[in-house]
Amino acid sequence: MPEIRVTPLGAGQDVGRSCILVSIAGKNVMLDCGMHMGFNDDRRFPDFSYITQSGRLTDFLDCVIISHFHLDHCGALPYFSEMVGYDGPIYMTHPTQAICPILLEDYRKIAVDKKGEANFFTSQMIKDCMKKVVAVHLHQTVQVDDELEIKAYYAGHVLGAAMFQIKVGSESVVYTGDYNMTPDRHLGAAWIDKCRPNLLITESTYATTIRDSKRCRERDFLKKVHETVERGGKVLIPVFALGRAQELCILLETFWERMNLKVPIYFSTGLTEKANHYYKLFIPWTNQKIRKTFVQRNMFEFKHIKAFDRAFADNPGPMVVFATPGMLHAGQSLQIFRKWAGNEKNMVIMPGYCVQGTVGHKILSGQRKLEMEGRQVLEVKMQVEYMSFSAHADAKGIMQLVGQAEPESVLLVHGEAKKMEFLKQKIEQELRVSCSMPANGETVTLPTSPSIPVGISLGLLKREMAQGLVPEAKKPRLLHGALIMKDSNFRLVSSEQALKELGLAEHQLRFTCRVHLHDTRKEQEMALRVYSHLKSVLKDHCVQHLPDGSVTVESILIQAAAPSEDPSTKVLLVSWTYQDEELGSFLTSLLKKGLPQAPS
Amino acid sequence: MAAHLKKRVYEEFTKVVQQQQEEIATKKLRLTKPSKSAALHIDLCKATSPADALQYLLQFARKPVEAESVEGVVRILLEHYYKENDPSVRLKIASLLGLLSKTAGFSPDCIMDDAINILQNEKSHQVLAQLLDTLLAIGTKLPENQAIQMRLVDVACKHLTDTSHGVRNKCLQLLGNLGSLEKSVRKDAEGLAARDVQKIIGDYFSDQDPRVRTAAIKAMLQLHERGLKLHQTIYNQACKLLSDDYEQVRSAAVQLIWVVSQLYPERSVFSHLLSTCYVLVQEAHTPGLWTSPGPWLVRNQATQQEGSMEQVSSHFLEQTLDKKLMSDLRRKRTAHERAKELYSSGEFSSGRKWGDDAPKEEVDTGAVNLIESGACGAFVHGLEDEMYEVRIAAVEALCMLAQSSPSFAEKCLDFLVDMFNDEIEEVRLQSIHTMRKISNNITLREDQLDTVLAVLEDSSRDIREALHELLCCTNVSTKEGIHLALVELLKNLTKYPTDRDSIWKCLKFLGSRHPTLVLPLVPELLSTHPFFDTAEPDMDDPAYIAVLVLIFNAAKTCPTMPALFSDHTFRHYAYLRDSLSHLVPALRLPGRKLVSSAVSPSIISQEDPSQQFLQQSLERVYSLQHLDPQGAQELLEFTIRDLQRLGELQSELAGVADFSATYLRCQLLLIKALQEKLWNVAAPLYLKQSDLASAAAKQIMEETYKMEFMYSGVENKQVVIIHHMRLQAKALQLIVTARTTRGLDPLFGMCEKFLQEVDFFQRYFIADLPHLQDSFVDKLLDLMPRLMTSKPAEVVKILQTMLRQSAFLHLPLPEQIHKASATIIEPAGESDNPLRFTSGLVVALDVDATLEHVQDPQNTVKVQVCRVLYPDGQAQMIHPKPADFRNPGPGRHRLITQVYLSHTAWTEACQVEVRLLLAYNSSARIPKCPWMEGGEVSPQVETNIEGTIPFSKPVKVYIMPKPARR
Repeated sequence: MPEIRVTPLGAGQDVGRSCILVSIAGKNVMLDCGMHMGFNDDRRFPDFSYITQSGRLTDFLDCVIISHFHLDHCGALPYFSEMVGYDGPIYMTHPTQAICPILLEDYRKIAVDKKGEANFFTSQMIKDCMKKVVAVHLHQTVQVDDELEIKAYYAGHVLGAAMFQIKVGSESVVYTGDYNMTPDRHLGAAWIDKCRPNLLITESTYATTIRDSKRCRERDFLKKVHETVERGGKVLIPVFALGRAQELCILLETFWERMNLKVPIYFSTGLTEKANHYYKLFIPWTNQKIRKTFVQRNMFEFKHIKAFDRAFADNPGPMVVFATPGMLHAGQSLQIFRKWAGNEKNMVIMPGYCVQGTVGHKILSGQRKLEMEGRQVLEVKMQVEYMSFSAHADAKGIMQLVGQAEPESVLLVHGEAKKMEFLKQKIEQELRVSCSMPANGETVTLPTSPSIPVGISLGLLKREMAQGLVPEAKKPRLLHGALIMKDSNFRLVSSEQALKELGLAEHQLRFTCRVHLHDTRKEQEMALRVYSHLKSVLKDHCVQHLPDGSVTVESILIQAAAPSEDPSTKVLLVSWTYQDEELGSFLTSLLKKGLPQAPS
Repeated sequence: MAAHLKKRVYEEFTKVVQQQQEEIATKKLRLTKPSKSAALHIDLCKATSPADALQYLLQFARKPVEAESVEGVVRILLEHYYKENDPSVRLKIASLLGLLSKTAGFSPDCIMDDAINILQNEKSHQVLAQLLDTLLAIGTKLPENQAIQMRLVDVACKHLTDTSHGVRNKCLQLLGNLGSLEKSVRKDAEGLAARDVQKIIGDYFSDQDPRVRTAAIKAMLQLHERGLKLHQTIYNQACKLLSDDYEQVRSAAVQLIWVVSQLYPERSVFSHLLSTCYVLVQEAHTPGLWTSPGPWLVRNQATQQEGSMEQVSSHFLEQTLDKKLMSDLRRKRTAHERAKELYSSGEFSSGRKWGDDAPKEEVDTGAVNLIESGACGAFVHGLEDEMYEVRIAAVEALCMLAQSSPSFAEKCLDFLVDMFNDEIEEVRLQSIHTMRKISNNITLREDQLDTVLAVLEDSSRDIREALHELLCCTNVSTKEGIHLALVELLKNLTKYPTDRDSIWKCLKFLGSRHPTLVLPLVPELLSTHPFFDTAEPDMDDPAYIAVLVLIFNAAKTCPTMPALFSDHTFRHYAYLRDSLSHLVPALRLPGRKLVSSAVSPSIISQEDPSQQFLQQSLERVYSLQHLDPQGAQELLEFTIRDLQRLGELQSELAGVADFSATYLRCQLLLIKALQEKLWNVAAPLYLKQSDLASAAAKQIMEETYKMEFMYSGVENKQVVIIHHMRLQAKALQLIVTARTTRGLDPLFGMCEKFLQEVDFFQRYFIADLPHLQDSFVDKLLDLMPRLMTSKPAEVVKILQTMLRQSAFLHLPLPEQIHKASATIIEPAGESDNPLRFTSGLVVALDVDATLEHVQDPQNTVKVQVCRVLYPDGQAQMIHPKPADFRNPGPGRHRLITQVYLSHTAWTEACQVEVRLLLAYNSSARIPKCPWMEGGEVSPQVETNIEGTIPFSKPVKVYIMPKPARR
């Protein structure tokens, strides 16, 4: 029984270190190769020893696919390919290929230079790893080998994020990576065609959430910023370098343009500038508005947003500053925060989730007095706002994607177990699609019934067409032919051709039957009577009386003979081929009833 | 050098070749002209290869064929068809047959047999499809012939089983177009087996090829369009198609469902709404889908008579906006709900902190449906779509629904307000317009108003003005709302001073709509103090004027308000009432009883008398005929004066009064000209004195053009009279010229021209001639034969006497007449700050003007710029782009454009005059006359401009060139 086996090495009932093994029709594919943000020990990377205890991974994996550049989806890649050892192809989209090494390098720097970790991958390893990458375009079907093919679909989420369809023969799996079903300011919505895969592996970060319109959130955000700036206050927006930062920049940039505002906006330099460069390059991956206006002006070439200098923080008057990192735990954003926190006119907007223990988390939970290093206490008088701009699909979006792709079954990853449970139930109830949610290391096996394509010879098809009327979808039709299986392909040909190809002579199978009839007349007369009887009964068959005294009905031969022992009974020999079984048996039963009495 | 030589040689060479080609082409044309069919026959026989033959056919297809020679051509084509082996040539012949059978005046029934014949022997699928197309052309040409249609349907049915999708497509198309409508007729027709066309087409809904499925649905729609009643069963079939794999099939199926549900409204309204909304959610990416179900939902709403049905459906409609939020399995309120709650509880959002919107109640996991009916949030999806076309379509659909259902309008308000923040300007504009359209049904809550007002800072002028229009007709619920609106508008005013007029107008309506809400705000707005006198505000401050406009308009219906005014407010009122009378209404002020009683009642009660007065004064003029010239002149002068004054007083009658006054002035001029002494003096002495007469003639001409083109609502009756007056002016001109010029030569030409004009007049207005009894033309036409033969001198003499004798024609007044007018808002004149520019380069001058009662401004309005002070006195005419015109209301247009000025030798600062002109073209007007009704005015006629009429006051702009930098 053919089957598809899926084993999450990471992201099974969990968020972080996405890594899923799929074996489909004998091919093994690894989807994503991420790291876990929460750990600093061995649990940080997926357990590759699951695949093989010894030897190189190349022998066990046909390819690796990376869905997008977030570290929880690609962070373990250099470790996996250089330190564990993998030389096969790694597939990712062009923007991912461009941005991925920057993030990996940054991650490496923090881990090695700041935390002083040993036995970590080096810059050279990142470079070597990226050399193994094969970049793919959207909707391009890439043949990994003769049988395995992959195809990328647009996923929104971040620049270059893609969903991948993995297909072997007629069996296929779709892996979504992270995706977003509602478009935002710089990216479009995920889309997939009705590809009806056997299995859809989808993320389920927001399995239990249905979100409000993004316009409300945007409006609130803009209003808050605008009001503060008009009051003469300063706005601090701590962000991570990639993804949301660009969306917020575009949001503010267009708003500034629209409202004709002159207040300066600054962006703390570093990683972001490099990344912005790539956003400028990969315009086809952005949304309709940016793609359309790109001819007049590249939206990522910000007119109002300038690079930040440390000295600007002390400038009087209103300003808006984007600064890294996003959770206010260190770096520039914290420095600026300390400078501005004392003024109630100022405002800090946290655009994302903050981990416990960070300054961001503290101020969000309402703490007004912060203890900083050196025993000094910082009183926070500035306003603190929280504004969520998440780029994951919500429960409705996930259902929508499942509806779009129409898979046979769904597998949930990248989410919390409790939330998955709910979504699983919903998918099974409302879409009537089987759903599973394996934990890490747990294997899900899906039996498949792959359809096997069979080629039919044109001659045979035409012959059959000529015989019958129009083929109807509802009625099955019988077709005679021979199935030839040769070098793993199947052909249906006519029996003559099959014989010819196989070099066999044709054998005929004949059935012969004796029918005893009580009749005193001669054989010739007898034959004549049989002929006339059959002629009258079988009107739409060709009945012939041959000169040698035998009667044929189509290909069935009837001969009358007189047995020696009893002259009053005659024996009719009925002989037919295997193909004419039906007619032959009908004839014998007819003849057994006897001939009608001839008018004497 | 060598390269240069080479180039020249090459050029010459090419020239030679081109000439040769041209010669050949012309020759050929001449050859083929006499007999199309013969030439074609020769060509085709000459053709040695299929490629050649194809070339000939292609050439042949470029030229039109006359109806009489079609049949011959068809025969030759058919003959060749039988012989031809190459399918591409046969394909071309088949398509030619189709084209030829469409020729007007040719009855294609004779070639039908042949076409069907060749169809039966044809093997190539492409040719078959083309032949079926030809048959379709033939069939549609003969809609009455039942037998032929039956035959064609038969042929189509036979070929439906073809393996090629193209052939099946064409067959279905044929069936859709020709399938018979009435069963009874079909049964009689030649005993052919009755075919149920619908069933046949319906069977192909499940064809394996999506293109054929689409064609089948389209054929079904075609049947419906031709008036065939579709069966109910089709509804179910179409519903199945909604889950088709192919988008084209699905979108066609939606249309079909719409059609069928129209036919059977009683049948499961609910279920089909459901299915559409499901499609909307799934297929939100196709804008077309939005536009078609929009009206569909509305109409269903309207057709439902029963109360219960209505309830179901309105509940259903509201579901399309519904979206239940949850977070972590707990029910969460939407931002809209939160805002509403805050509003109703009277509290304002306190400390905004993380988790302010924290989810509260637990959600029963079993009760949550993620996709349920599918209708939920259909619109929410549409409004959040990636493609802005879809968003616009969704807003339009919302608009239509909201107009029909007030409760729905209330619900969708939040979503529309949200759309004001869309990233695409068109979407924002569209949603503002939509909001304006449904504003009768709604009252804005404060938080909504807040969001709406935030858009006032938009840098796009269109958006701001649309928003002002919206504010003109919105209802605000609280006094805080009014205050907020005023504050935001004033902010807008300081940021964009150019919006001044629009904001004032907006405040005018805001005030008059909400007098009671403005009342408590008055002390604050005027910053009056119960004990102290406050400083008098600056009267030139546009913001202060804006506040006063709001207050005065509110005071109009709120008599207690003036008591709150301080002294200077009254003075300012008087000033504003004079200077901005269109914005400030007449008030009944306590201290000024006299003024108020004189002004305000006059508006209400004098309407009828003024109409009467107009009638009387016009009737008085009709007795003109019987007066002596002196008396007539006086009478006319008085009447003109009266009419002009009336027009000034009564704005409703201004159009009529002006129109008739202009006419009377023409008559007065004519009379005056004829009273001149010069007619009695001997010819050589006229020279100097003829000024008046010729000037009068010229002026009459001008006035008549104004009458014809500057008034909207002028009917044919008036046009005749106007033209008649012009004819008289021309006659006068002729006479004057005859008197003043010596020698006959120029006179000959003029006479000829004049007679031609008379002839034109007669032809154009033949229907109206009976009304022109005793008039100049009437008499003229009587003498026409004589005039034609006589010499110029004699003609002039006759004309002169006739002009004197001719009767004054009454001008029937049109019902609705308005004078076109234009005011240039920008540039405002009298500015001392010169517009600086570098000479030799271009300077852009912003022009902003409102036009009233101008028909078709895109083609007629021009901007003229003339430099008055500069010695060369150059005038320059600029044609504004059609996109520069906006249409904010009926009869009103707005022109916002830029005029580019440039001059090389310009050194001193000088003034430039800008004015708007109305271009006219009398030949464009003529076809509107009755005997040519329905004849469309060809665009070429419209483009040529005969003349222009200035219709706005000129504005002077001071321009100073800077010396060019070297």
